Amino acid sequence: MEKFTTHTGVAAPLRSSNVDTDQIIPAVYLKRVARTGFEDALFAAWRDDPDFVLNQPEYAGSTVLVAGPDFGTGSSREHAVWALMDYGFRVVISSRFGDIFRTNSGKAGLLAAQVDQKVVQRIWDHLAEHPGASVTVDLESRTVRAGEGVEAIEDSFDIDDYTRWRLMEGLDDIGITLGHEDDIAAFEATRPTWKPATL
Amino acid sequence: MGKTLAEKVWDEHVVRSAANEPDLLFIDLHLVHEVTSPQAFEGLRLAGRRVRRPDLTIATEDHNIPTVDLDKPIADPVSRTQVETLRRNAEEFGVRLHALGDDDQGIVHIIGPQLGLTQPGATIVCGDSHTSTHGAFGAIAFGIGTSEVEHVLATQTLPQAKPKTMAVTVDGSLPEGVTAKDLVLTLIAQVGTGGGQGYIVEYRGQAIRELSMEGRMTICNMSIEWGAKAGMVAPDQTTFDYVQGRPSAPTGAEWDAAVEHWRTLRTDDDAVFDEEVVLDASTMTPFVTWGTNPGQGVPLGASVPAPEDFEEENDQVACRKALSYMDLQAGTPMRDVAVDTVFLGSCTNARIEDLRAAADVLRGRSVAEDTRMLVVPGSVRVRLQAEDEGLDVVFKDAGAEWRGAGCSMCLGMNADTLEPGERCASTSNRNFEGRQGKGGRTHLVSPLVAAATAVRGTLSSPADLAPVE
Ligand code: SF4
Repeated sequence: MEKFTTHTGVAAPLRSSNVDTDQIIPAVYLKRVARTGFEDALFAAWRDDPDFVLNQPEYAGSTVLVAGPDFGTGSSREHAVWALMDYGFRVVISSRFGDIFRTNSGKAGLLAAQVDQKVVQRIWDHLAEHPGASVTVDLESRTVRAGEGVEAIEDSFDIDDYTRWRLMEGLDDIGITLGHEDDIAAFEATRPTWKPATL
Repeated sequence: MGKTLAEKVWDEHVVRSAANEPDLLFIDLHLVHEVTSPQAFEGLRLAGRRVRRPDLTIATEDHNIPTVDLDKPIADPVSRTQVETLRRNAEEFGVRLHALGDDDQGIVHIIGPQLGLTQPGATIVCGDSHTSTHGAFGAIAFGIGTSEVEHVLATQTLPQAKPKTMAVTVDGSLPEGVTAKDLVLTLIAQVGTGGGQGYIVEYRGQAIRELSMEGRMTICNMSIEWGAKAGMVAPDQTTFDYVQGRPSAPTGAEWDAAVEHWRTLRTDDDAVFDEEVVLDASTMTPFVTWGTNPGQGVPLGASVPAPEDFEEENDQVACRKALSYMDLQAGTPMRDVAVDTVFLGSCTNARIEDLRAAADVLRGRSVAEDTRMLVVPGSVRVRLQAEDEGLDVVFKDAGAEWRGAGCSMCLGMNADTLEPGERCASTSNRNFEGRQGKGGRTHLVSPLVAAATAVRGTLSSPADLAPVE
């Protein structure tokens, strides 16, 4: 995983709440067995709508998605995170994320930055005035920044310490856990014999 | 201070705990299916890792398989490749697989309980959000993403931050004709789709105690639809009776030891939940959704709401969008909404009791002329049991289609999808835009409402039907 410290990029406003993972990537695209190449599947149902935000020229090449509350609810499909990343997104900002989506983001290297809905609204307003503007997301100081001068927006975002640390170090979870193999073996030795086995 | 059920089960599975780090939890049972596992197995292969505990892992094919022409190879080549990939991976890594054609094949959340692998006090994960179903046994069970699937395959553990706990207490008894599905839809409409976020929820109270295991599974299944990490019900005699005698249930002295432990798995009287919700079951009625998330529901006897009925601006916008997508007019009685398709299936409502309830409504009646009804049993065992009881004949005589087992139209990954604009009454769990096929419109309902709706062609409960002559 690539290390993540800070990112500045064009931000796209997705002014909808409850954008579930079926919207992010419909099930028909989950038939593939590869880990990459899902960019064509992102928001598939909306992509041929000329009014859809990602079809506006200002937002071509956007890397920060600013979404309404309850983004990424529903299915556990990590393909939703892969599709966002394959399309070019590095950060999603929302006031509330689906639990599994947020975990998946942390594992795959997408930053899910949780802010107050008021902050989302201010960024949306800013982007409405300045389409194509950039937003900076600094993981080190946990801040989002946009705009300049009197209009400047600067606020903190929430992310748990552990995920932040892993993202900043670009660490592979499995490697960390396998470092505790002795603990796992010790635990296994104490499991009751009546616990079921599949083999 | 005492502990909640969730805390007890959690604490029993902590392999390692350290300050400022999530707990490392041991996983008792890992369920695997074809859609969320290929990239995980590939990851293992690339890193030269093995499956640490194949004996705690089981795989089946459910999401991406056909429910007709089961004697032929899978027609869609992309789907076929995915299923074949699972078969190759299971073989290579020594994982037990119940493939198409096997009597134990079925939806992953239906076969775990059926085999007796789902047991009280266990930790259970699967690359599928409805893993919460298994919480009905008093297990901590939750859905994970593919990176986590790989992590569990490699280590049999997961790093997890301990969630907060919530009690949902449902007092009173459900009236006749009102089911577990109506209860959980009522709950979600009240608390909203994000209401459970960050919590392991324990469902308790008289109405929950009175439910069968299958009803409890329906409730726990939909925990994720209001954002909860997991849903649980404390194990009791109903639970033990359900588990006993199943293929993987302990026997003899082991059974006695297991039950002795399982009896301790209840929230202590002096334990404190971080949050509590109280509902009264006795006032509940059949409940259906009108919108595009499971929280957008009303009693069947009510009408489609208007955006102005909601206080928050976000909810108003969401309502407006949903009405437009669903092609519904505010004020229309739900009972006047005509459907094209009825889907009886999914891990929410395709167990034997669901099929029996629907068949009882359909016996001696027929599916309305312009309506089609698909009946997709949750597993091959459920299908065989239903056929043993003659339920398949009831469905077929009424004009419904009797299919093979799988997820089918719940997520429309196989050929069982809605056409754009088509409207469906579905016993599944998600009414998201396009969930059952691009442009498809979904109303979530109970099996009883599904069957009655099939007969009348509009959203209905059995009470709306003329008596059978
Ligand atoms: S039946 Fe539906 S909800 Fe259940 S596992 Fe299958 S796709 Fe998921």
